[in-house]
Parts: sequence; C-alpha cells; structure tokens
Amino acid sequence: MSVLKINGQSYTIDADENMPLLWAIRDIVGLTGTKYGCGVAQCGACVVHLDGEAVRSCVTKVSRAQGKQITTIEGLSKNNDHPVQQAWQEIDVPQCGYCHSGQIMSAAVLLRENPNPSDQDIDNAMAGNICRCGTYPRIRNAIKIAAEIQRKATKS
Amino acid sequence: MPSITNTSKRNFLKIAGLGGTALYLGLFSSNSSASVINASEIEGDPQSVELNAWVIIDTSGKVTFVDHRAEMGQGSYHSVPQILAEELEVGLNDINVVFGQGNRKYGNQITGGSSTIRSNYKNFLKLTASAREMLIAAAAAKWAVPHQDCYAELGHVIHRPTGKRAHYGELVVAASKMEVPKDVKLKKRADYKLIGKPIRRIDTKLKTNGSVIFGLDKKLPGMMYAAVERNPRLRGKVKSFDATNALKVPGVTKVFKIKMLVFKTYREGVAVIANSTYAAFQGKKALKVEWDDSGFEHINTADIFKRQEENVKTKEGLSYKKQGDPDKAIATAARKLDVVYQTPYQSHYAMEPLNCTAHYQGDKIEVWGPIQAPDWVQDALSGEFGMPREKILVNMTFLGGGFGRKAFMDYPHEAAVISKELNGPVQVVWSREDDATQGPYRPGITYRCEGAINNGKIEALKFRMSGQNNGHWMGGKKDEANDSTSEGFLAPYFDNIKNISFADVPFEIPIPSMWWRSVYASTNGFAFESFLDELSVEAGKDPLALRREYLDERCHKLIDKLEEVSGWKKRKKNEGYGVAITECFSSTVGHIVKVSRRDGGGVKIDKVWAVMDCGWYVNPDIIRAQVEGSIVMGLGAAAFHEVTFKDGMTEQKNFYSYPMPRINDIPPIEVYVMDNAEDAGGVGEPGLPPLAPALTNAIFDLTGKRIRTLPFSLEAV
Repeated sequence: MSVLKINGQSYTIDADENMPLLWAIRDIVGLTGTKYGCGVAQCGACVVHLDGEAVRSCVTKVSRAQGKQITTIEGLSKNNDHPVQQAWQEIDVPQCGYCHSGQIMSAAVLLRENPNPSDQDIDNAMAGNICRCGTYPRIRNAIKIAAEIQRKATKS
Repeated sequence: MPSITNTSKRNFLKIAGLGGTALYLGLFSSNSSASVINASEIEGDPQSVELNAWVIIDTSGKVTFVDHRAEMGQGSYHSVPQILAEELEVGLNDINVVFGQGNRKYGNQITGGSSTIRSNYKNFLKLTASAREMLIAAAAAKWAVPHQDCYAELGHVIHRPTGKRAHYGELVVAASKMEVPKDVKLKKRADYKLIGKPIRRIDTKLKTNGSVIFGLDKKLPGMMYAAVERNPRLRGKVKSFDATNALKVPGVTKVFKIKMLVFKTYREGVAVIANSTYAAFQGKKALKVEWDDSGFEHINTADIFKRQEENVKTKEGLSYKKQGDPDKAIATAARKLDVVYQTPYQSHYAMEPLNCTAHYQGDKIEVWGPIQAPDWVQDALSGEFGMPREKILVNMTFLGGGFGRKAFMDYPHEAAVISKELNGPVQVVWSREDDATQGPYRPGITYRCEGAINNGKIEALKFRMSGQNNGHWMGGKKDEANDSTSEGFLAPYFDNIKNISFADVPFEIPIPSMWWRSVYASTNGFAFESFLDELSVEAGKDPLALRREYLDERCHKLIDKLEEVSGWKKRKKNEGYGVAITECFSSTVGHIVKVSRRDGGGVKIDKVWAVMDCGWYVNPDIIRAQVEGSIVMGLGAAAFHEVTFKDGMTEQKNFYSYPMPRINDIPPIEVYVMDNAEDAGGVGEPGLPPLAPALTNAIFDLTGKRIRTLPFSLEAV
C-alpha cells in the first residue's frame, strides 16, 4: 500500500511502487486532468508538482512521490483562477486542450520562480512541453499576461 | 422539400422520447437547401426521418444544441453556438452544447475537410431565425398584438410600444404549435451582434482546470484496460505468441489474439488485459510474438521515392485536368523548367494517443472515444458484427487532436472486438509508440513540374504526381485520377494560363495512407508554389507580381494585404523573403516568410505573415488561432520530422525520433483575416499548405539555394 497526498487529500492505493505516478493518479485515484502523451519524458503533457517542483509524472515512480505534496491541474487553484489559468482564459490559449494541463503546470512554476520572465526565459522554461495544435505564440503571450496579473495581485 | 403532415402531432416526439413541452427544431438533410422543420409536426419513426442539427428550447428557456460534429481544437463547439445565438437572439452562455451520437439522422458527421461551418452555416441561420420568429408569433398571439410590433432580445420577446416582455421559456409550448415560417428574413452582416466578433471560446475554461473529458478520460464501472501488440508491418498476422511472462505481471488478467479492421483488410495483434494502463503496458512488453508477414511487400523508404521518381519521369499517368497543349508549348518554348519535388510520409501525432472505450453487450455495442466520424464507426461496426446500426451507439468525447487520424475505424473496431472477447467494458490505450508506428500516414509524393516561359509570361504548366492516393484506398475508381491531383492549386490560374495539365501516375504499396491536416494541399502546395517561384525567377519577375498576372480580383486583394502587412515592396534584394498562396476547402491563404542567416550556420525564421480569405466567417480569433497552429504544424512537416520505413516497418517511434517544433522554434506570427461578402470557406486546414513553400522560397531569396525535397534542416541550409 502506498499513500499519496494529492491536492491536499491523502489516498491510500494498492499499486506497484514502480508504477509511474501518472497512471496511479489517472487510473487508481481517478483524477484525469493529468495527461499521457509519450511515456518517456518528451512531451510534458503529464507535468505535476511534487513539493512545488514540476516533474513529469510519466517517469516519476509512485515510490518517489510518497510523503510528498503532489499538485495536479485539478488542485492548482480552487476556482480555476491561478494567474496562469486566468491568462490562458483571457486570450483563449488552448485549441484541443490536451497538452494544456502540462503547459499550465510548467508555466505556474516558471512564474513563481521568475515573476517577470523574458521571451528567452519563457522559451527555456516551456521548451519541454509540446503542443501539436501549435498554440506556442499564445502560450508566450499568456505567460506575460499571467506575470502582469500576478504582479497586480501581489501589490494589492 | 418533404411533405409535412399535420396529424398526430406529438407522435414523433413521443417515439423519440422527447416529451411535448419544448420547442424542437431540426433540419431535413444537411445540404444547402435544407428546410427547417418543427419536430412536433412529424409523424412516424424517428429513425426514418432525416433530421439533423437539433435546437431544443425548453420551458426554462434553456437552449440545447446537439452538436453532430467533433471538437478537436478547431473550435466548432464554440463557433456553431456563436452562429445560433445570433439569429435566435439569446446570449452565447444560454446555449448548452451536447455531442450527438453517431446517427444517420444528422446527415454526414465526418469532421473533416474543414466543413462544419461552411457546409452548415446557412442552415443554422435559417433554423434559429425560424425559431425566433415562432417565439415572436407565440408572444404576439398571447398579447393579441401585431407580430411586427414585437422583437426578440436576449432570450425574451418584447412588445415595442408597451415594453411588455415574455421569456422564451414561457413561450415555447405555444411556439411549438406555430407553423414554421416559409421564408424567414436573415440579418445583414452589418447588424450582427455576435457573428464576426472575437468572442472567447466557451470550452476554454474546461481546458484550463483538467475538467474536459477526452477519450482517455472516460471511465466505466468495472472497466478493464487493454494494450495491444499489433503487427509492426501494419497488415500481417500472428503466427504464435507466448503469454507466460505477460501473465506474471501483477494486474494482468488475460492475453488473447485479436484481428482488427484496416480499411478493407485486417491486421492481427495480441491484446493484454489488465486492471491499469500501466499493467497492460508492462504485460505487453513481456509478450513474445512471432509474426506471419507473408503475402505483402516489406518496403524501404528509398525504394518508394525511387519508384515514384521513375514513374513521373517515364509515364504520363492518368490525366485529371488538361487544357490546351502543354507538351507542344513546352517543346517550343524559349525558356523551360523541368524539376522534381518530393514530400515525405508524415504521421498525425495528435497529443492524445489513440484510444477507445467499448462495451459489447450481446445485442448492442456502445463505444466512447475521440472519434471524428461517429457515423462511419457505426457503419463499420454494424457490418463487422452483423448488428443493425441502431444497436451501435457511438459517443464522441472531446478529441485531444485529430488531424484526420481519428476518422479511421481501426481503433473503435479493435476496442469492440476486445470487449466482446472479454465480455465486459474495456478501454484500449495505444502507447505513443503504437500511435506512431501503426499508420495510416500522409503519403509521401513525388512531383514532376514542367513549365514554359515565353516573353516573360507563363505559357504552360505540366504537373505529374506519383504517390498513394487516399481516394483509391477508400474505394474510388483506381483507373481514374481524382481531385487530390490538383488540390491546393488556385482556380483562376486555369482561366488565365492557356496550357495546363495535371496527371496522377498510380503508385501503390501496402502501407496504409490517410488524410493528414489539409490533405493533398499540404504536399501539392509545396510543389506548385515552389515551382511558381522558380518560374518567376526564370521570367525575371517579382513572385507576387507574377502571380497577380494570372489571379482574379479576390486574390489581388489578398496579395494587397500580404504586401501591406509584410512590407514586401520595401524589402531589399536577397533579404530572405518568400511567398506562397494556396487554396483548399474553399479558402485561400497566403504566407510570407522572412528568414536570415543564423549565427553558427544555417538560417532562422524571423517572421511569418499570413492572410486568410475564408469569406463569411464567425470568430476571427479562432481563425487566427487555427492559422497560427497550421503554421506550426506546417513548419514541423517542412523542417522537423518525417516517417520512414525500413523492411516494411516504421522507424520513428516517439517524439525523440519524430521531433516536433517547440516554443523556442516558433517565430513571431501575424495573421490577418479578409473581410468580404463571399461564401464561407474552411478554417481548420487551409492555413497549413503555404508555409513550406513560402519558407523554402525565402531561403532561395536569401541564399540562392532551391530546396526541392522535404523535410530539410534549417541548421544545415
């Protein structure tokens, strides 16, 4: 038995400790916002936060996640209003939307670490997330909008 | 127009289980002259009634739209309600969208050919305007006032002289008894409140918090997971398999051989059933399978292109279109060109790998999945399992990308086969490797382009292509060329260039091929538009000026816009500007790409300008998004990835060998949408084809190097 702390709740699951966290979250816990895209840490669709750090859940074993705070897209904010989510909504970033759980989780860590990212910073931080619909220009713009939203929220 | 009998009024609704307390409007057939009907006036069996595009307004005033097409990113889930809300006079947020199941009553359901808006918008306008007029008529009757003194706004009918108001919900029962207006007046474009405005998509919020349900997110009680080891040569059989180690994997419950549909042939594989996706994947890795790959050729990519090249160099092929005498004009021309272009095989790589959830229940089958053509799945399963169509329930989820791949029936068929064997619900999950290696693919094609120039004018164009023809795969006549041969080519050239011919030299191999976003325009466009660039050099003319000589006024306006936004006329010689303009699915798109030399060698893309002319349009921001995405996808196919075969097997298995453009590869992109009074064209695909030729034409402008084979490396130019 493994205990996973996801979005502030504890889940006791019966899973092989080698099972990637992705499948434990999706198939056993039943939170489906985290996506499978490649299984080999290439595309970033499966990014979740482990104690606040962005990890690719498709190559992160259940054993490594035990005792840590796991945050998935469902737990990023209560009301779908994290600055990154607000910015994504403001300019309609998603098309099919499948990769965007991962995109948003990666962008959220970037903005926490670097509240005022340049284009180069955005490219460096987001190059691990593939979008087949090609929403990259909007991701770049939305991260700047999110930074602005975050700055305003910090001031007030 | 079908006759509508006025007896036993609620008969249809009763049979359809819809009750009698709402206004239900639908359309007969999906063609452009469809007539609006009031469902409460239809008598008879709903299965025999060709109704589609249901709009239902209930007594609470809520509007439900039954979306018979798939949402895969292109935005019709939003754009169609934006059309409906306009003439219905309701707020966009008052419309609830539900996906329709596969059913002939909706007409053609295939979400492809960028067709959802362009082939249905007039019907949608007529349908909702009719509903509005019936609601106004109901209010006028209730208040005993003249119809023309009433108008509708935001879900209410208002009596202009007194300001008296009634909510649609109060009026629907009376409205449902009204006659459908024969000729309903539609708004002028200038009067639109919603159509033509960049309104935010109604599905965005679902897509920012993980709540949107894609195929892979479907869960059923008692559902098992399956992974399948499929024949790697795409058509072969299983000779034998050893499941000993697979069955030792914790969670694996069963292993069995299956056979799935691949167009009209079959491929075999071994299914591993488990209680999680992970266990199924592990079990699959532990399988040992011996394949029987006899009876078909095991091809190598080099041989494909060698044979195609020989074809276009030695055969005339099947003529698709011919005017004048291009052979004679070329033979006697002062200046001529004769060159070969090649485009590679490509895979779709939708971010959501293929998957399907199925539940075979003896006398019926229900499937759920990311499905582009639920009616086709219904047909295929009905045929394969020998069940009537109405016993095959096909449910569309949101699609995590489709690009043509999810219009294929192999994966729903396979899921149904596995569910039958298992006698329970199952979700079949394709690994990325399965998705990448099993096809079907966009076919690789070789083009021979010949042209003649006399006195700076194009005297003749002769195009021959050789590559797999999807139309032939799908049952078209194999001894006839079809429109795939000239897709992408701008129609006005036919009016203004005397000698033109298009021919297809047949080429067949056992690799399954299929539509890939923008289909043949995505490959033809590269050959046609690169070749026009070559001819402009040969004629000593500016590439856009040359095109103007042969294009019509509508295209001239698009060219004006391209020149204006890109600063084309102010560019310096050999500064690295390239242009391409293609037409597909009734829309014309032009791209201008600017490139420069990169530090450390090669070239980099500085900027892309795109102008889309899709005529009548709904949401300019969705159009811009589709063109931006098309540019990224076109760039991938031009300069990042290709599918190759060795000994009949696909060599690229995942993103590490089929690299995608990433955020750092994308230049600034500016997209403009033309405003005019023309009929609506497609949006999801036409933005893709011009990218590759505009890019290689820009590279020629900068370096003098002509790229005629895709993909190429920007770093190695």
